[in-house]
Amino acid sequence: MSQAAIKIQPASPILSVNNIEVVYDEVIQVLRGVSLDVPEGEIVTLLGPNGAGKSTTLKAISGLLKTENGEVTKGDITFMGERIDNKNAEDVVRSGLFQVMEGRRIIEDMTSLENLKLGAFTRKDAQINQDIEMVYHYFPRLKERTGLAGYLSGGEQQMLAIGRALMARPKMICLDEPSMGLSPLLVKEVFGIIKKINQDQGITMLLVEQNANYALRAANYGYIIESGKVVLDGTQEQLLNNEDVKEFYLGGGNEERKSFKDLKSYKRRKRWL
Amino acid sequence: MNFELLIQLIVNGLIVGLLYGVVGMCFVLVYKSTQIVNFAQGEFLLVGAWVCWAVLIYLELPFVVGFLLTMAFMAIFGVLLQMIVLRPMIGEPIISVIMITIGLSIFFQALMKWIFGVSAQSYPQVFTTNSIQIFGLNIEAAYLMSTVIALIIMVAFYLFFKHSKYGLAMRATAFDQQIAQSLGISVKQVFAMSWGIAATVSATAGIVIGMVNGVSNSLSLIGIKVFPAVILGGLDSIIGAIVGGLIIGVLENVAEFFDSQYLHVGNMYDIAPFYVLLVILWFKPYGLFGTKDIERI
Repeated sequence: MSQAAIKIQPASPILSVNNIEVVYDEVIQVLRGVSLDVPEGEIVTLLGPNGAGKSTTLKAISGLLKTENGEVTKGDITFMGERIDNKNAEDVVRSGLFQVMEGRRIIEDMTSLENLKLGAFTRKDAQINQDIEMVYHYFPRLKERTGLAGYLSGGEQQMLAIGRALMARPKMICLDEPSMGLSPLLVKEVFGIIKKINQDQGITMLLVEQNANYALRAANYGYIIESGKVVLDGTQEQLLNNEDVKEFYLGGGNEERKSFKDLKSYKRRKRWL
Repeated sequence: MNFELLIQLIVNGLIVGLLYGVVGMCFVLVYKSTQIVNFAQGEFLLVGAWVCWAVLIYLELPFVVGFLLTMAFMAIFGVLLQMIVLRPMIGEPIISVIMITIGLSIFFQALMKWIFGVSAQSYPQVFTTNSIQIFGLNIEAAYLMSTVIALIIMVAFYLFFKHSKYGLAMRATAFDQQIAQSLGISVKQVFAMSWGIAATVSATAGIVIGMVNGVSNSLSLIGIKVFPAVILGGLDSIIGAIVGGLIIGVLENVAEFFDSQYLHVGNMYDIAPFYVLLVILWFKPYGLFGTKDIERI
């Protein structure tokens, strides 16, 4: 019932990125005016080719940019009505926005339980043990793996990284390529759980992906970014039915099935920029 | 061969070795979490021992109170040292930071000489008996206390890094600073904490050794002696620091034994650990428990 009530009025954006530019090492400009809105309680995806600036956008939001000598030189980022574009990474986490970095980035020389406990570092309440059970409820196999996290499989490490994010009790989670290096079956499983967490807990998600197919099916809204600019955005249906998106990101398009020869010489005929 | 003396020396070596292990753990703690090789480690012992001495002599406080006051002072001292001197150096070349720690070492040695003079001072009597007989061995009461304290510190280190929130945060920072920040851990806070812990715990060792040998500038030599211990164990291994400390402690005493009985070269007690250091660096540059990719100095 409460779900329906939320759906009636358009959700207000919990995160709003307004025309930001990002420069690395004071000379390399990566983002040239990226704007996006993430409505509360929804899953929004950010798609784009390699080097488009997807991860940079996420790092600008989470404040991790500073650890890589990057800087937001223009524009602003607002999270829950508060400017966060100049905050330290640890303060952004405290304000309720948690980033799961690309490549899982778990602490390999600790056990999975210790990794989960670290996720709750910013919390002071006594419900941490209950939340560990909650994470095991979503990822039952983590409970069986008591050894060092470095020995977990790629999929288990990704589950641990998402579980660790849940331990922080965030309002919003930014996921950077959760499908990276996972088998198709695991990708399906991980996306299923992401969707489930979003529905159960109402945690807003910003999902950066190369796997456009899965990402668009999970998300309510999507942005496509190329060469540091947002080139297209729309709802799930709009993007799934967009001819260009079909051609460039989902494969196929509305044309006749190409022969193998055609595929080999297939060249991209259209660019947005 | 004088077996009784040899066994007595080995026991002494184990006791002193435990203290080396404790100081070595502090050294490793700072190295692991901040990547800084701290050449001012010995001065933590020196400053701690002098402060405790001053508190006991001038304020005439009971030993336990003076000891705890010194601990509190050293914790603040370590944190302030990191915040004022070393924090501005974050991101600078590591060799510059190491030079700063050498500078700090010289500065604090001179400062202690200036304030307390160059002659050794002894602590007021803490225990009613000077030494205790255990299985026919003569063990100084202060050494017995030091063994107990060293073991308590080691267990406390283990519990802290295994179970406490901040211990886990320090390990996470040692593993990868970016991951730590993404979890909401303040890396600066962790750095300050590691210097505070290193200063406090090292001071304990300084006080105990000061109680046996008297307080003087030679205390800072322990900081140098810890090098062979830590390098033997592996620069980034806490267990290695303890094992290395015990080995060096026993070794210098055994070297002293053979020197005084047979060789008569003199001063082997101080020099033997460095011969060992030389040989270790030759054959096992990463130490017994060290990670292979660590920086060599």
